[in-house]
Amino acid sequence: MLRTFTCIMCPQGCEITAEGAEGALAITGNKCKKGKEYVEQEMTNPMRNIATSILVEDGELPLASVRLTKPIPKARIFDVMGAIRQVKRQAPVCEGDVVIRDVLGLGSDVIVTKTVEKAEQEGKDR
Amino acid sequence: MRNVDVVIIGGGPAGLAAALELYKKDVKNILILEREKSLGGILRQCIHDGFGLTRFGETLSGPEYASRFASQVKALGIPYMTDTTVLELTPDKKVYAASPEGLIELQAKAVVLAMGCRERTRGAISIPGTRPAGVYTAGVAQAYINLKNRMVGRNVVILGSGDIGMIMARRMTLEGAKVIGVFELQPYASGLPRNIEQCLNDYNIPLQLSHSVTDIKGVERLESVVISQVDEHLQPIPGTEKEYPCDTLILSVGLIPENELTWMAGAEADNGTKGASVDEYFQTTVPGVFAAGNVLHVHDLVDFVSMEAEALADGAARYVKEGSLPAADRKVTGDDMTGQLVPSRFSGQDDVTISFRVRKPVRNCTVEVWQGENLVKKLKFPKALPAEMIQIPLKAEKLDKDHDLEVKVVC
Repeated sequence: MLRTFTCIMCPQGCEITAEGAEGALAITGNKCKKGKEYVEQEMTNPMRNIATSILVEDGELPLASVRLTKPIPKARIFDVMGAIRQVKRQAPVCEGDVVIRDVLGLGSDVIVTKTVEKAEQEGKDR
Repeated sequence: MRNVDVVIIGGGPAGLAAALELYKKDVKNILILEREKSLGGILRQCIHDGFGLTRFGETLSGPEYASRFASQVKALGIPYMTDTTVLELTPDKKVYAASPEGLIELQAKAVVLAMGCRERTRGAISIPGTRPAGVYTAGVAQAYINLKNRMVGRNVVILGSGDIGMIMARRMTLEGAKVIGVFELQPYASGLPRNIEQCLNDYNIPLQLSHSVTDIKGVERLESVVISQVDEHLQPIPGTEKEYPCDTLILSVGLIPENELTWMAGAEADNGTKGASVDEYFQTTVPGVFAAGNVLHVHDLVDFVSMEAEALADGAARYVKEGSLPAADRKVTGDDMTGQLVPSRFSGQDDVTISFRVRKPVRNCTVEVWQGENLVKKLKFPKALPAEMIQIPLKAEKLDKDHDLEVKVVC
């Protein structure tokens, strides 16, 4: 069996080919070992990171962006989106704050990626 | 009028990296002017990850990448003003800006142009049809969704396969919208292959090449768009029209460097990039006025914007300390396969990094850099895409001062 992949581990986007049966795969076209790992993962259980936002009350912005600390199975993306959608925080929230630990038991935390101050501080940031 | 060694126009990734590097080189009388409320530029709304792999060896979201620079600027006490719009830049480096404190007037020894770029709009590509609500550029849709908590639509067609368009296809799908498809005028995608994979293929969003929007319908709100196939001259083929009901059309059809101040200062343009003509120090044709980042040429990766701005800071710091830089009167020229070639000129006395894009996708090509009869550098590429900027560093000791540089793509 021959399958072709576009590696998403970095912007180079290597075109990688995997040929042969599971356990005896010939992987070619990757410029680094991340590419080989990506293809092996992709053939068994594809994993992805996602980025979205949580609601912030009384903040200078209505939202704070979040991401996952580790990728999750691709098939669970919409379940995790649903869990993150339930989160609402009071300002201030800080970059690095964990808003959900071990989301849905998948071993990944949801962390804030942008500090959002309380609304009254708006415009004083200079 | 206040005297400042270096005024940096724009507090996005290019401006912040230039400021930090100037500070490290002991040029500390600097001032960053930013027209938005906070530092960080467009990265503030780019919440997806994938930034910083080259620069920091890890993958960060846009806000985190920006904060690595902005928090250092704040910690070092580098002066900056937000909500401040530069109104005028003169050839003798006077800067006039509107700020919350009123009009400010500055006399700079050097100016760093780091204004970035803006998006091409419906008007720029002349799509016919009515003018209903629901037609957005990708960046505007991104700002509504990621900064303002406003969903822009439910049934979405995307025109143009730029990276931001594909990233918005995924973002809107995650937020529950139905993305009907991405349509691209050219016979190849304009964004990176990894984004086709992780933003479109992952969510079963079709990408159709050689297609364009040929009509927009709807009175108050967008009701449908008509998509046609185009021929090899990019002209719509009659009879191929297909109507797609939708409430939203997102345009990801290219970026235009924001160069109004550049021309106001009297800088000359480069015919290829349409941005400022610069030398290897990133100095424009106006002595002491420098440009780097997306205002000079559009980059695919912010990591390269930061690195270019740091290289600019080397030249700008030297200009402030020495009063001038070596004359760059030798040209850099390309062939019919090279686009977006930077720099335009060089002195032959210092290292040069050449950046360009191939004009169409090619496989197994060789890039050769010649100076007269001398082959300065030769690099092989198994594949080269217009979506990926190619950079070729050249060492000063390999260059002479008497010949132009010629970049050739041999297939």
